[in-house]
Amino acid sequence: MKQAPLPLPDCRAGAGAGVEIMLTAKYKTGLVFFPAFDWAISPTHPEREERLLYTQDQVIEEGLFDIEGITEFKPDLVTPQDIERVHFCVPDVWGVTTESHLISAGGAKTIGMAVLEEKIEKGFALVRPPGHHAMRMVHGARGFCNINIEAIMIEFLRAEYGIDRVAIVDTDCHHGDGTQDIYWHDPDTLFISIHQDGRTLYPGSGFINETGGPNASGTTVNIPLPPMTSEEGFIHAIKHMVLPILDEFEPDIVINSAGQDNHYTDPITHMNFSAQGYAELTNLLRADIAVLEGGYSIEGALPYVNVGIILAMAGLDYSRVREPRYDPDRIRQTPDITAYIEKLGKKVLEFWGQREKIKSQLRGTKEFVERTRNIFYDTDNIIEKQKETIRVCDDCAGAIRMDSSADRGAHILGLHVPIKACRKCKEVARQWYESGRKDAFDMVFLQDRTEDKYERSER
Amino acid sequence: MIIGLDVGGTHTDVALLGDEGLVREIKVPTDPSDLFHTILTGLEKITEGISPGEIHRAVLSTTLTTNAIVQGKTPPVGMIVSGGPGIDPEHFRTNEHYFPVSGSIDHRGREVEPVDADEVRNAAVTLQKQGIRNVGIVGKFSSRNPDHELKIHDMISTSFGKMFMGHQISGNLNFPRRIATTYLNATVHSIHKNFFEAVKRSLEEKGLSVPIHILKADGGTMSFDSSIDFPGQSILSGPAASVMGAIAFAPDGEDCLVLDIGGTTTDIALLINRVPVLEPMGIRLGKYKTLIRSLKTRSIGIGGDSLIRVKGRELEIGPDRMGPAMAYGGPSPTPTDAFFVLGKGKEGDKARSLQGIASVAAALDMTPEAAATKILDQTCQNILAEAQEMTDRINSKPVYTVHELQEGYQVRPKTILVLGGPAPHFARRLEELSGMRVGVVPRWHVANAIGAALARTTCEVTLFADTQQEIAASPEENFREMVDRHFSKEKAVKKAYELLRKKVLQTGGSTDDLDMEITEALEFNMVQGFHTTGRNIRVKVQVKPGLIYETDAVAEKLLAGI
Ligand SMILES: [Zn+2]
Ligand SMILES: [Zn+2]
Repeated sequence: MKQAPLPLPDCRAGAGAGVEIMLTAKYKTGLVFFPAFDWAISPTHPEREERLLYTQDQVIEEGLFDIEGITEFKPDLVTPQDIERVHFCVPDVWGVTTESHLISAGGAKTIGMAVLEEKIEKGFALVRPPGHHAMRMVHGARGFCNINIEAIMIEFLRAEYGIDRVAIVDTDCHHGDGTQDIYWHDPDTLFISIHQDGRTLYPGSGFINETGGPNASGTTVNIPLPPMTSEEGFIHAIKHMVLPILDEFEPDIVINSAGQDNHYTDPITHMNFSAQGYAELTNLLRADIAVLEGGYSIEGALPYVNVGIILAMAGLDYSRVREPRYDPDRIRQTPDITAYIEKLGKKVLEFWGQREKIKSQLRGTKEFVERTRNIFYDTDNIIEKQKETIRVCDDCAGAIRMDSSADRGAHILGLHVPIKACRKCKEVARQWYESGRKDAFDMVFLQDRTEDKYERSER
Repeated sequence: MIIGLDVGGTHTDVALLGDEGLVREIKVPTDPSDLFHTILTGLEKITEGISPGEIHRAVLSTTLTTNAIVQGKTPPVGMIVSGGPGIDPEHFRTNEHYFPVSGSIDHRGREVEPVDADEVRNAAVTLQKQGIRNVGIVGKFSSRNPDHELKIHDMISTSFGKMFMGHQISGNLNFPRRIATTYLNATVHSIHKNFFEAVKRSLEEKGLSVPIHILKADGGTMSFDSSIDFPGQSILSGPAASVMGAIAFAPDGEDCLVLDIGGTTTDIALLINRVPVLEPMGIRLGKYKTLIRSLKTRSIGIGGDSLIRVKGRELEIGPDRMGPAMAYGGPSPTPTDAFFVLGKGKEGDKARSLQGIASVAAALDMTPEAAATKILDQTCQNILAEAQEMTDRINSKPVYTVHELQEGYQVRPKTILVLGGPAPHFARRLEELSGMRVGVVPRWHVANAIGAALARTTCEVTLFADTQQEIAASPEENFREMVDRHFSKEKAVKKAYELLRKKVLQTGGSTDDLDMEITEALEFNMVQGFHTTGRNIRVKVQVKPGLIYETDAVAEKLLAGI
C-alpha cells in the first residue's frame, strides 16, 4: 500500500558533514555499452567475447551509470542502407557482416542521434567489434574490422540531420587506414590519425605525407608517433598539432575514434600511454562523440582507460583513476622521443599550412587523377587490387570510380557520387555506371549520396 | 492460518487467511508517531476469538525503517570505506562518521594495495570517542574478494557493537550502492531490532507467539531472525504488498500491469507471466541508490484525492492532496468528487461534490457532468501514459549480448489489474481508454494485506569462479572453494542452487515453494597471448518473487467471493 508522501532526505551527508557530495556530470553524457558477450572472431583471437568483461565490471563497480547526468542507451541496429551509404559490400551487406556488426555500428548511430537531438552533450559508444580499418570497398575483414562504424554514423547524421563539417580524431594505436580511405577525397571531413609509426606496426601506413586526394588535400592528417611514446608525447600531439588544426577547420562536430591500444600493457603494440593520459587527452580534445576502436589489454588497461574516458567526457574528476601498480616514471618517454615528436609536430603543421600548394601539385592539369593499390585483408586473408579514379573538381568533392578485383575472383566496379556533388560529377558517375554495366564486371555499385540511393547490378 | 499486515499512510490493513480463504479483514488507523501501537492493535483485532495455535505465521509490511531514514531519525553509525583508485569515495559519503581508508582490490578480486592497519585503528579510535556503536565496513570489489572487509572487521570488532560488511549485504557489483546499502542496514538496525522484539514480546505476553516474517521490497519475505542482519531489506515494502496481492489474479502466460490507485498516488508495476519485474540494480530511497532488490514500481502523484485546479483553460490533477474529497468533508474538489457527480459515489455528501466540481466546470465553461467526465478521463489518461512510459523504459533496458538484443523479450501488457480504494470507479474508464482488459482485484481494499500474507521467501545467490586462480566463491554466502580447471558453468549453477536452497531455509522459507531460476550464467575463456589460461564464470540464481503454494486455492475462493 502507498505511504503518506514524505519529504526526501537531505541531499547532503549527515548534519554537520557539510560536504556537497552528489556527483553530477558537468556535461550530460550518454553511453552505449555493448560488449557482445557472445561474439568473437575466434576463441583465442584478441577480438573475443571477454574483451569488455572487466571493463563492464569496473564501470559497474565504480557506479558510473548511477551518476546524475550519465545515461545508458540501448543500441539501435543499422540498416543495410546505412551501410551502403559508406561501403561497397561484396557480394552484399549480409555477406560481410554479422548481427554484431550491425549492433556495433548501431551503437555509434544511437549516440550520434542522441547528441544531435540534444538529449546529451557528449556520447561514448563502447561497442565491439571495431571498424576503423574498414575501407569503402569491403571484400572481407581487415584488422578485425568489417564495416566502418564511425563513417556509418557520420554519413547517417549527414543524411538525417544535415550536418556538414566533421572532424574525426583517431587515437587508436593503429593507423585508421579505413577511415582515411573513406574520407580521402572529402574536403568536409577532417581525418586526423595519431598512431604508432607505420614502419613498426600494422597496417604499415599513415605517414605524414599522406594528406588527402586532389580535391581534399590537407583534410587528412597523419601523426605517426615513435614506439614507446608516453603521456607527454600524446599530450604534445593533441595540444600542438590536433587542436590548432581543429581550430582552423571549425568542424560542426568532433568524433574521437577512441582506440585504447596505446596503453603500456597492450599485448599487440609498443606504446607507453596510460589511463591518466587517455583521460587527459579526452579532456583536452573535448570531442562530442567517442567510439571505441581497438584495445586488447582487457584486464590491465581497458577497465581503467574507459573509466578515465567516461569521467573526462562527463567533465568529472579523473585524477584518481589509475591502473594497479601504475608508475609514470617507469613508462616515461626518453628525451630522444620528445625531441622527435616536437620536430614531427612542426612538419605536420607545415603540411597543413601548405595544403593548397600540395593540392595544385596533385592536380596539375589533369581532369582525372588515378591511384592503384594492393589492399590486404589480414583477418580474412584476401588480396584486393584496386584502381581508383577521381574527377578533379572545384565545385564538389568529385566523382569516384573504383575498379577492384579480389584474389577470390570477384571483379567489381564501384561509383561514388558525393553528397554535395555538382551536376557534372553526377553525370560523369552516371556515365561510368551505365558503361560499367556493359563491361565485364561481376558487379557494379552506384552510391548516389545526393539522392541517398544505392544501386547494385550483377552480371 | 496466516496474518498479513500492511502499514499505510492513513490506514493499516490486516487480513487473516485460512484454508477457507479470507477469514477476516480489518482496517485500523495508522498512527505514524506510534507504529507499535498501530501494529499491535491490528494484530490483536484480527486474532480476536481465534486460537493462537491456529496461526502459523504473520507477515508484516511496515513503514518503520523507511520513515526513520526519510525523516533522518536514525542513530549515528560509523562507516569505514576502502576504495583505492577510481572516483574519490568522499563523493559517496553517507554520513558524518565516514572514514575512507587505503586498500585496493581489482576486478578479479586480487589485492593491489593492502589495508593500512594504523589508518583503520585511528578511525576506530575516533568513532569510539564519538560514541559510535554500530559500524559498516565496505571495500571496492569486496563481492569478488571480501578479504579487506574481513581484515578491517577483525582489527576493530572488539570495540563496537553490530558490524555490517558490504560483501554480506549483496553479491552484486556497485561500490557506491554497496556503501549506501551497508550504511542503511547499519543505521536502521537498532530501530528495526528493538521494534520487532517489542512486538514479539507483547504478542507473547498476550499468548500469541506467532513466527513473524518481514516483507521486503522485492515482494518476498524473510524471517524476523534473519532480518536482524539485513534490516535494510525491509524498506519500501509497501508497493510490493499490493503487487503481491494482485499476482494471484494475473493471467498466466502474458504481461499485466498492476495499478494501485490510492488517495494521493498511484503505484504502477508490471508482471510477466505472474512474476513481477524487478529493479535491475536495486531500489532508490531518496538520495540513497542501493543494492536492495526490489520490484520495479513507479509512483505518480495522482489518485482519488488529488487536488484539481484549472490553470488558464487547462485542467490540472495532483500531484498534491489537500485532504479527502469534498464529499467526505475535504476542502477542495478531487477525482473522487467527480465520481459523485457522475452518480458513482456512495455514503458521501454528493451536494458538496457537486459544489466543488461546479467551480471547476465554471472555469472550464462546461457543465459539471462534462467537467466530471473530463476529470475522470484525464486522470485515467495520465495514469496510462505513465504506465506506457514505464513499459517503454523496461523494453529499452540495455542488454549485453547479440542473442538478447535479437531475441530480447518485449513487454506488451494486455491486462490491467487495479486495486486500492478508488479502484473500481476507475476500472471501466481505464478499459475504454486503454483497449486492455481491466480487472479489479477481489477484496481490492485489503489486497495489499493479502499480498503480504501470501508472499513467499525470496533470495538471490551470486557465484563466480576463476579457474586460473582456482577459486569458486560467493562471498555473500561466506562460501569459497578451491576448484580445478574442469570447473564449468554447469557445475557453478549446481553449486549456486545448493547455496540458494540453504539460504531460503535459513531465511524462513520452506522447500515447498522453491521456485528457483537462473538469472545470469556467463562463461568466458580467459586468454593470455593466444592461450587459454582459464575460465571466468559468473552465475546468479534466485527464488522468484511469488506466492506460497497454498495460494491457488485461496485465490479461487477470493474470486468466488468467499
Ligand atoms: Zn588498434
Ligand atoms: Zn564536382
